[in-house]
Amino acid sequence: MHGRLKVKTSEEQAEAKRREREQKLKLYQSATQTVFQKRQAGELDESVLELTSQILGANPDFATLWNCRREVLQQLEAQKSPEELAALVKTELGFLESCLRVNPKSYGTWHHRCWLLGRLPEPNWARELELCARFLEVDERNFHCWDYRRFVAAQAAVPPAEELAFTDSLITRNFSNYSSWHYRSCLLPQLHPQPDSGPQGRLPEDVLLKELELVQNAFFTDPNDQSAWFYHRWLLGRADPQDALRCLHVSRDEACLTVSFSRPVLVGSGTETLLLIVDKSPLAVEWRTPDGRTRPSHVWLCDLPAASLNDQLPQHTFRVIWTAGEAQKECVLLKGRQEGWCRDSATDEQLFRCELSVEKSTVLQSELESCKELQELEPENKWCLLTIILLMRALDPLLYEKETLQYFQTLKAVDPMRAAYLDDLRSRFLLENSVLKMEYAEVRVLHLGHKDLTVLCHLEQLLLVTHLDLSHNRLRALPPALAALRCLEVLQANDNAIESLDGVTSLPRLQELSLCNNRLWQPTLLQPLASCPRLALLHLQGNPLCQAVGTSEHLAELLPSVNSILT
Amino acid sequence: MADSLPTEFDVVIIGTGLPESILAAACSRSGQRVLHLDSRSYYGGNWASFSFSGLLSWLKEYQQNSDIAEESTASWQGPIHETEEAITLLKKDETIQHIEVFCYASQDMDDSIEETDALQKNPSSIISSTTTKPLDSACLSEETHSLYATGHELPAKDTPKSDGEISLEVTDVEDTLAKEKYCGDKTCIHTVLDGDKDENKPIEEDNTDQPKRNKITYSQIVKESRRFNIDLVSKLLYSQGLLIDLLIKSNVSRYAEFKNVTRILAFREGKVEQVPCSRADVFNSKELTMVEKRILMKFLTFCLDYEQHPDQYQAFVQCSFSEYLQTKKLTPNLQHFVLHSIAMTESSCSTIDGLKATKNFLRCLGRFGNTPFLFPLYGQGEIPQCFCRMCAVFGGIYCLRHKVQCLVVDKESGRCKAIIDHLGQRINAKYFIVEDSYLSEETCSNVQYKQISRAVLITDQSILKADSDQQISILVVPPLESGTCAVRVTELCSSTMTCMKDTYLVHLTCSSSKTAREDLESVVKKLFTPFTETEIDKEELTKPRLLWALYFNMRDSSGISRSSYNGLPSNVYVCSGPDCGLGNEHAVKQAETLFQEIFPSEEFCPPPPNPEDIIFDGDDKQLEASGTNNIIMAKLDSSEGSKNLESPGKHLQN
Repeated sequence: MHGRLKVKTSEEQAEAKRREREQKLKLYQSATQTVFQKRQAGELDESVLELTSQILGANPDFATLWNCRREVLQQLEAQKSPEELAALVKTELGFLESCLRVNPKSYGTWHHRCWLLGRLPEPNWARELELCARFLEVDERNFHCWDYRRFVAAQAAVPPAEELAFTDSLITRNFSNYSSWHYRSCLLPQLHPQPDSGPQGRLPEDVLLKELELVQNAFFTDPNDQSAWFYHRWLLGRADPQDALRCLHVSRDEACLTVSFSRPVLVGSGTETLLLIVDKSPLAVEWRTPDGRTRPSHVWLCDLPAASLNDQLPQHTFRVIWTAGEAQKECVLLKGRQEGWCRDSATDEQLFRCELSVEKSTVLQSELESCKELQELEPENKWCLLTIILLMRALDPLLYEKETLQYFQTLKAVDPMRAAYLDDLRSRFLLENSVLKMEYAEVRVLHLGHKDLTVLCHLEQLLLVTHLDLSHNRLRALPPALAALRCLEVLQANDNAIESLDGVTSLPRLQELSLCNNRLWQPTLLQPLASCPRLALLHLQGNPLCQAVGTSEHLAELLPSVNSILT
Repeated sequence: MADSLPTEFDVVIIGTGLPESILAAACSRSGQRVLHLDSRSYYGGNWASFSFSGLLSWLKEYQQNSDIAEESTASWQGPIHETEEAITLLKKDETIQHIEVFCYASQDMDDSIEETDALQKNPSSIISSTTTKPLDSACLSEETHSLYATGHELPAKDTPKSDGEISLEVTDVEDTLAKEKYCGDKTCIHTVLDGDKDENKPIEEDNTDQPKRNKITYSQIVKESRRFNIDLVSKLLYSQGLLIDLLIKSNVSRYAEFKNVTRILAFREGKVEQVPCSRADVFNSKELTMVEKRILMKFLTFCLDYEQHPDQYQAFVQCSFSEYLQTKKLTPNLQHFVLHSIAMTESSCSTIDGLKATKNFLRCLGRFGNTPFLFPLYGQGEIPQCFCRMCAVFGGIYCLRHKVQCLVVDKESGRCKAIIDHLGQRINAKYFIVEDSYLSEETCSNVQYKQISRAVLITDQSILKADSDQQISILVVPPLESGTCAVRVTELCSSTMTCMKDTYLVHLTCSSSKTAREDLESVVKKLFTPFTETEIDKEELTKPRLLWALYFNMRDSSGISRSSYNGLPSNVYVCSGPDCGLGNEHAVKQAETLFQEIFPSEEFCPPPPNPEDIIFDGDDKQLEASGTNNIIMAKLDSSEGSKNLESPGKHLQN
C-alpha cells in the first residue's frame, strides 16, 4: 500500500533479539574468564578495571569483581602520581554512578562507593549527599541509599537538623517509609540530648508531642501502614533501663547467695564482673546461673564458704558490686536467721515498662484517647488495638486489666494469624500484674491459676516466692528460667499441657510438686527433678505416663529420694 | 505554494482542532494521503494558544472578520462539472462572541512607546465592537468602593484636589479603553480615595510589613508578550484519560512536555483552600482533624472500588450525590471537597455518577504525581500541533491560511468528490473531514449550539499563596446562586511557559447562560481585586490583583448529532469544536469513532515502528526513501523543543 512502511514481523524481531542476546552472553563470559585469569596471574592493572567495568556495568551484583577492582585500585594507589590517581578516582565515581543507575539496590556498588570514599584524602561529601538525594528522589524507600546517606552524613558531620529536615521532606511525600522514620529516631535524640540524669535516648516532651502528632497524622491517614506504628512504638518506648541489682538473697542452709539483675547479664567475662564483699572484705567466688548454663541471665548465684556464714557472729553483711553498671546492693544475715534479703520495693514502672516510657501520663492519656477514636472508626485495625493495649499498660496496668483483656480478645479475633503471639503477650502482662499485686501485698505466695497462661516470664522477679500455683493454664513447659526460684517450696502446676520440666532443676527447697493432668508421657521427662534435694511429694495423676506398665518402678529408680510419688 | 498542491488525496481534513488533528495523524499513520487545511494562520482553531500580542491580533481578527464580504461565486464555479453541485462552506468564523477586554495594569507610557502604540489600537477597536452596557462595567469599581467604606476609615477631605490628579489617570485609561469612559464617574470615586490615601500616608505604606508586590505594567506585559501562551480553551489532561493513553500509544507524547497540576483547590465560605486528595495530601493537611483524615481516606478508598461494595450505596442510587455524601459521616468541608473538587460534579448529579467521577479522579492520582492532571507546557494549543506533526511525519501535507470555498458533490451518487479552495483549485479526495465552524448557516440551520463562557485573566499573585509560587491549580467554584453553573478556574504559573514571570494566567470556564462576563464576573470579583496604582486595604491585599481580563463566549459544537446537519454527503464527516468539559475525552472519542467509521479495518494510531525494524527494499527505492526520511525526522523532532509551530507543514511543502 502506498506510503506504508514495511516493518519486520515479530518473529524476525524475536530472532534478532535472540542473536543479540547470544552475542552479549559470549562477550560477558569471555570477559569474566579473562578477569579471573589475570587475577590469578596477579596482573592487577588498568586492563582489569576496564574489563570488570564492562561486566559490572551490565551486572553490578558480581561481588567478586568488585573485590578485584579494589585490589587493582589499592595497587595503583602506590604506583600512580596524585594527579593520575585523582583522575582514576573520578572515573571510578562516575562508573559507580552508572552502575547504580542500572541497579540502585546493588549491595556491591554501594559498598564499593563507601570503600572508595573512605580512602580518599579529600572526599567531596556534598556531592555524595546530592547523589543520595537524587536516588531517594527516584525511590524514597531505597534503604541501600539511606544506609549510604547515613554513612555520608556521619562522615561529613552534617548537622542532624539538616538531616531531620530531609527526612521531613521525604515523609511528606510518602510516609510509608521505614528508613525515614528510623532515621528520625536516630537524629532526634542527637538533636535533643537529655540532661545526664535523664534516661538516654528519650525526647523532651514538646518534641515528643510534635512527633506524636506527625505519626498520628500518618496512622489516621492510613492505619494499615506499619511503618508509622513502628515509629509510634519507638516514641512511646524508653531507653534500656540502667543496670541495677534488683534483689540480693542469702540462704544459710544452702550456703548460697543469689543476685537478680534488671536485665540479663553475663557475669565473669572481661571487665563486667560481680564483686562480693562479705563483712568488708572481698571474697572470691564462682558465679553461676541457676540452670547451670553460661549465658546472659537475670539471676546469678554463688556458693558461700562456711566461714562467711558463721552463726556465732551477730550478723554478716553481704555487699555485691556490679562493676559494669556501677550498681551495688547490700544485705544482712542476722544471727539465728535462715535467710536474709534485700530488695527494691519494686514499682510497676521499674519492673516492667521496658517498652513504654515514663512520660507524663497526660501525653499517654491523650494518645490513648485518639487511638480509641481511631479504633471506633477502624474497629478491625490490629495496630490500633495493639497500641491501645500497650498504652493502657503504660498508664496503669492494674486499673486497665479487665479492659486490656477484652481488647486482647478482639485483637485475637481480627488477627488470628498472630494468636499465639498474642497469647504469649497476654500471659506476660497477666504475670506482670500478678507480680505487682503480690508486691503490694508483701507475701511470698503467688497464685497464677486459671489465667489461660501460655508462657511464663519474669520468673527472675519471683526469687523469694515460696508457694507458686500455676494450675489450670495452657502451659506446655516449666522453662529453665524457673530455676531462679530459689526459695520455692511448693509448686502446683496441675491441669496444664506440660511436657517438659527443664526448669524444675536444682531447686534447693522444693518439697512438693503437683503435676496432675499434664502431658508427661514418659518417666525420663522427670529426670530434672532428681536434682531437687528436698523433693518429697510428687503428684503425677492423669498424665499419659501413668498408663504405661512399670512406670512406678522406673520413677522410683529415677527419683530415689522422693518419698511419695502418686501416679 | 498552493500551485504545487497535488490534486489527489485520500482524505482532506478542514480545520486543525484537536479531533481533526488526531484524525489526520491516524489517517496518515495508516497510509492515507492526507491534506490538512486551515483557513486561519495558526494551528488549532479554537484549541489554539496565543502569545499576548497574538491574542490581541486574534481579537482584532474577529473584529475584522465581520467585514469580509461574501465573494462572488464566479471565481470557483469553473471546476465543477454539470453532474455536480456545490455545498458552500462558511468564510468567516462565528464561534466567538461577546468579547470584552479590560486592562487594569498601569499603562505607563514611559517605556517602549513603540510597542504600546501598536497595541493600543487593538483593544480599543475590539471594545467598540462589543455591545456591553456601560453600567455593568462599573460593577468592579463599585464593589471596591463599598469595601473601602466598610473596611477603612474614609478620609472625606481633599476630594477636589485629588480629583484633578486622578483625571489624568482616567484619561490615561480612556485612551486605551474606550469603555472605561462610561463608568468614569464611579472610577473617579474609587481612584480619588486611592489617591487620597496615597498622598496622606506614603510613609506608613513604606513601613507596612506586607511584602512589596511587584508592579507589572501593561507595557511590560506587551514587551513580554512572547512569554504568554494563552489557551482559548482551558483543559487539562486526566493522567489516565483517553488523550494521555493515545499520546503514549501513538508515541506522539514525545513532541510535548507536561507538568503536573500541583494543587486542587476549593472555594468554601469565601476562602480558597487546598483540597487534600492524595494520601500524602491528607497526611500533610493542617486543616483536617485526625478523625476527618480517617473518614476522608476511608471514603476515598471505598470509591476506588465502589462497585465491589454495592451494599454501601445501593440504597442511595435514587438520591443525588450530595445527599449520599451527607449519609457518609463526612463533615461539611469534606462533603464540599468530594462533591466540587474531587468528583467536580454539580450538586444534582446522581450517586452513581458521583461515585464514578470520584473513582476516575482517584484512578488518575499518582500516575504522574500527586494530582490527577497534567498540563502541557506552552499551553493546550500544543496538543493538536503534536498530532499534526505526527501526520506530517507520515506524509500528510499541511496548508494554513488556505480557505475552502465549497465541497463538490456528485449529484448521482450523493458523495462528495472534491473541494475547491480559495484559489479555485479543485482537489479530489475520497473522504472529507470538516470542523463544525466551517459549515455554512444553511447546513447548520437546524443545529442548536450550546455556548461556553470563558474568561482569561492575568494576575499578579496566586489565589492561594504557598511556599512555592510555581503552582498549577484547579479550582471549581460552586454556583454562587441557584440556577447558575459551577465555574472552573485554572491558574497557571510562569513555569508552565504560558505567562511571564511574576504573573499568573487564570482561565475561567463554565457553560453559558448569559454572556461570558455576566456568567463569570461574580466569581472574578470574589477571587480577585482590580489592580490599582496604590496600596489599599489590607484585607483586599490578600487577594490577587487583576492586571488584564478578557471575556468571550465560544460556541460548543460538541454533542451535535450528525443528522442535525442538512444535506451532508455520507463521506463528509464533522468534527466538533472544544466542549466545556475539563478533559479531552470528547475529542479523542470523536476522532476514534470517526476513524473507525471511515476505516473500520485499520488500527487507530498504532505506535510507530522502531527505526531498526523498518525493512529497506531495493525495488521500492523512492517510496522507502521517503519513509526513511520521515523516521529520521521523527527522531530529530523528539530531541528538539516542542515549540515549533509550522515545522511539519514547512518541511513537507518545501
